[in-house]
Amino acid sequence: MSSITTRDAPRGFSASEYMTCLTGIVWREGLRFLHQRERFISALVRPLVWLFIFAAGFRQVLGISIIPPYETYILYEVYIAPGLIAMIQLFNGMQSSLSMVYDREMGNMRTLLVSPLPRWFLLFCKLLAGTAVSLLQVYAFLLIAWFWDITPPPSGYLTVLPALILSGLMLGSLGMLISSGIKQLENFAGVMNFVIFPMFFASSALYPLWRVQEGSPYLYYVCEANPFTHAVELIRFALYGQINWISLAVVATCTIVFMIGAIYAYDPSRGLARRGPAGGEG
Amino acid sequence: MTSPAPIADQREAAPKPDPATVPALSIDGVSHSYGPRRALIDVSFSVAPASFTALLGLNGAGKSTLFSLITRLFGIQSGRVAIFGHDITGSPGEALRLLGVVFQPRTLDLDLSLTQNLLYHAALHGISRREAAARSADLLGRIGLADRAGNKVRDLSGGQMRRLEIARALLHRPRLLLLDEPTVGLDVKARADIISHVRQLVTEQGIGVLWATHLFDEITASDDLVVLHQGKVLAKGPVGRVITEAGAQDVNTAFMRLTGAQVMPGGGA
Repeated sequence: MSSITTRDAPRGFSASEYMTCLTGIVWREGLRFLHQRERFISALVRPLVWLFIFAAGFRQVLGISIIPPYETYILYEVYIAPGLIAMIQLFNGMQSSLSMVYDREMGNMRTLLVSPLPRWFLLFCKLLAGTAVSLLQVYAFLLIAWFWDITPPPSGYLTVLPALILSGLMLGSLGMLISSGIKQLENFAGVMNFVIFPMFFASSALYPLWRVQEGSPYLYYVCEANPFTHAVELIRFALYGQINWISLAVVATCTIVFMIGAIYAYDPSRGLARRGPAGGEG
Repeated sequence: MTSPAPIADQREAAPKPDPATVPALSIDGVSHSYGPRRALIDVSFSVAPASFTALLGLNGAGKSTLFSLITRLFGIQSGRVAIFGHDITGSPGEALRLLGVVFQPRTLDLDLSLTQNLLYHAALHGISRREAAARSADLLGRIGLADRAGNKVRDLSGGQMRRLEIARALLHRPRLLLLDEPTVGLDVKARADIISHVRQLVTEQGIGVLWATHLFDEITASDDLVVLHQGKVLAKGPVGRVITEAGAQDVNTAFMRLTGAQVMPGGGA
């Protein structure tokens, strides 16, 4: 018998196989999320604390002038809502990406990576699934916020969806890139201090940039260059049925760059090699 | 617990591989380092289709590193790994399609049901939902867990989880099955069940099996054996030949002579 008959001819993968794989990964991530109530609650409590306490306190301190996309004077709560939405996605992106690179989810990553489909596609599906989970969190937040008089136009709940998908992918791939690239950021506290807080505070999430510019022109430039600012603005405009083209361009470009970088840099041996080969076994 | 029935799948006319031409698994000159530490040094051996090959080594011998390389979890630093002739680096998709794996740490989603775990795995292989549901039901029946299909995996015993993992590894109908110390932590009865189940897969379905272990009593005279120690292959071939060449009477003493290791009472290296 010749080797031709024993060796299957390469047949590649059909579009429907790719699609089955994608839906399977998103479906599982959703199921798992529904089983992790603590994760859901803590993902909601964080922005709600900001909304109920911080915003209430700052309402009197910060006056917001009429700036696009708003057409009237707005309460401070209304202003920071898009920033808090982006914060939900920032935390979610960092958390899920970190667990992809380090050992917490190693068993699941093993199962994922023995799939015969290309690795870039598997990682892309994983990022998309993480984004889908962040959407559940965001819409739960928007629902609660609605009772707190944060009431964007009804169509805004739909128009914000594409913006959320894009920003979720950007922040997820940024998280993956960071956790692959920087050795010291193995734990979440490190990521909080060096990534999440600077990104969040040096952005338009809590204060409009014209206010920042009055205080410090340099900080203004930092905020302008921060991709998180553009994620916030993209969401803010989309929530009111508008497109902020500059933010869209920045977020789209960053998503592509971060994702390519993250997939290229992804190396599962990192999380394992640190603890000895493959979970401490020879 | 009844002894599980063999998972005899209805493979679609897979050509019967000829052991003389294409091995199920071939490993040629593979070395791997973690920084300065060398985990594998010029490892070469092969697994024939429809054979049971035991990979025997102590903890730390390099077994799991080897598994990580075969499953493409780690990039190959030097050497070559091929599954039925498909290079794992050059055409990973074709190679992984023919490979089923049971990792040593459990990799099931404990909060999902048995069926959900299987459907997820099927999706990762691009198997349509309908086909996956049919295969899952079939496999669960064969491992005697059909009535538990909707239960959470968390509620299963250790032996049942292992059987589920083996069933999952067979869902996409691979022709090579890797198992990394699959009986660790199981009681005697569950261990015996798992071993006989996998041996049935070899004889009845012609699946090539690579079984990593540090337990001598899991190896029988008809197996092929690879002795891995400190990253090096010390001996390989049919069990009888390895024993004879080591000038020993059994696997136990052969292993001890080859490695100079102290053998623990109770059959474990």
